[in-house]
Amino acid sequence: MKFLDEYRDGELAQKIAREVHRVTTRPWNIMEVCGGQTHAIVKFGIDELLPKQITLIHGPGCPVCVTPLEIIDKALDIAARPNVIFTSFGDMLRVPGSATDLLSVKAGGGDVRMVYSPLDAVRLAEQNPAKEVVFFGVGFETTAPATAMAVYQAAHKQLKNFSLLTSHVLVPPAMEALLSSPNCKVQGFLAAGHVCTVMGFEEYFPVAAKYHVPIVVTGFEPLDILQGVLMVVQQLESGRAEVENQYARSVRREGNQPAQKLIREVFRVIPRKWRGVGEIPQSGLGLNETYAAFDAEKKFGVTEYHVDEPAECLSGLVLQGQIKPHECPAFGTKCTPEHPLGATMVSSEGACAAYYRYRRQPAPAQK
Amino acid sequence: MCLAIPGKIESVSGDDPLTRMGKINFGGILKEACLAYVPEARVGDYVIVHVGFALSRLDEDEAQKVFEYLKQIEELGELEERSAGVPPAQSG
Repeated sequence: MKFLDEYRDGELAQKIAREVHRVTTRPWNIMEVCGGQTHAIVKFGIDELLPKQITLIHGPGCPVCVTPLEIIDKALDIAARPNVIFTSFGDMLRVPGSATDLLSVKAGGGDVRMVYSPLDAVRLAEQNPAKEVVFFGVGFETTAPATAMAVYQAAHKQLKNFSLLTSHVLVPPAMEALLSSPNCKVQGFLAAGHVCTVMGFEEYFPVAAKYHVPIVVTGFEPLDILQGVLMVVQQLESGRAEVENQYARSVRREGNQPAQKLIREVFRVIPRKWRGVGEIPQSGLGLNETYAAFDAEKKFGVTEYHVDEPAECLSGLVLQGQIKPHECPAFGTKCTPEHPLGATMVSSEGACAAYYRYRRQPAPAQK
Repeated sequence: MCLAIPGKIESVSGDDPLTRMGKINFGGILKEACLAYVPEARVGDYVIVHVGFALSRLDEDEAQKVFEYLKQIEELGELEERSAGVPPAQSG
């Protein structure tokens, strides 16, 4: 496939990796922000091509993983009600809430449906006027334009039976929260290419300057990631802290203006809790007053929900790059993709699930 | 979650810029996507699609740059080898 296969060429990947080896003189910690990048790095073994001095820290960039437990519990509450069609992307269905997950609610008779696009949920609302159709709006800036359009079209069509349970989060505030933590080990970032496709990268300039970190907007294919790493290392080795764009075939500096316009029309920036991390100011999107009628939390009276996260799950430390997944005592024993304790093990883009799938420690050799 | 894949616009339907839809070809598989956010995109263009929405039109010139860069480092490497007096690799 064009724009895909050519970025997976093994020989070219080796070439970039050799160049990274050539320019690296010291240890560096680089965080890839997006879970899609984590998945590609572990799947293709990109980290194993790099010099030992380069450590890739897997960032909090999986919206499924950072959706707080209490929102999952709200989803479970709403989905179990009669007369509700609860729609969601597939990756949210198995994420464990306090007691159960959406698939189990479905097994118990709840009308839970997986949709490919938020517009599918709007269509369901049109086709089922006697039912309440709820869409679970989860995602980063990449997904926000799609959710915004669903709400906008529902308003336009005057649909009274469509609503949104939203847990949209924003990436730059989370990067700043990481950087301002005293334990922060991150010296450079691969910024998330699809988030920047929507938002552009203007907002990273002050972050790079304030914390003196190189930020390279990076794509998702092996050659993209390797080139992104190379660009960060070149900056680190020469003492620069600039914003650069590796993924220029998709990302423009100002981002996608029509998409940003609709996000601003439908949403406003609010504080949001991140699973495993805690509340981060100005890090989420909530519905604007004009669209308050589409707020599922208000419609179903589930605004008051407070849940503590299980203590044995160390996903918070994983999400912040403090530990690697296999360093958690529960990894692969109490916590597996079939029985996940935390969301980093559920989503295929969660660091724990990626390690479990591609990096299981080999069984000891039999003598 | 932010998975978005490139595909080629095969056809476009609808005139309203906010509901313009396209049939997108992903290596032989056709799927519909909303083109509201890529008003500049035309039939034959490649777009990046996420959850049923095209988010950007891919820039062919920019797409080539990574390969041009690779060529550069290759040539640089050869130059360095030559100036360091490394004999050309012998076959056999």
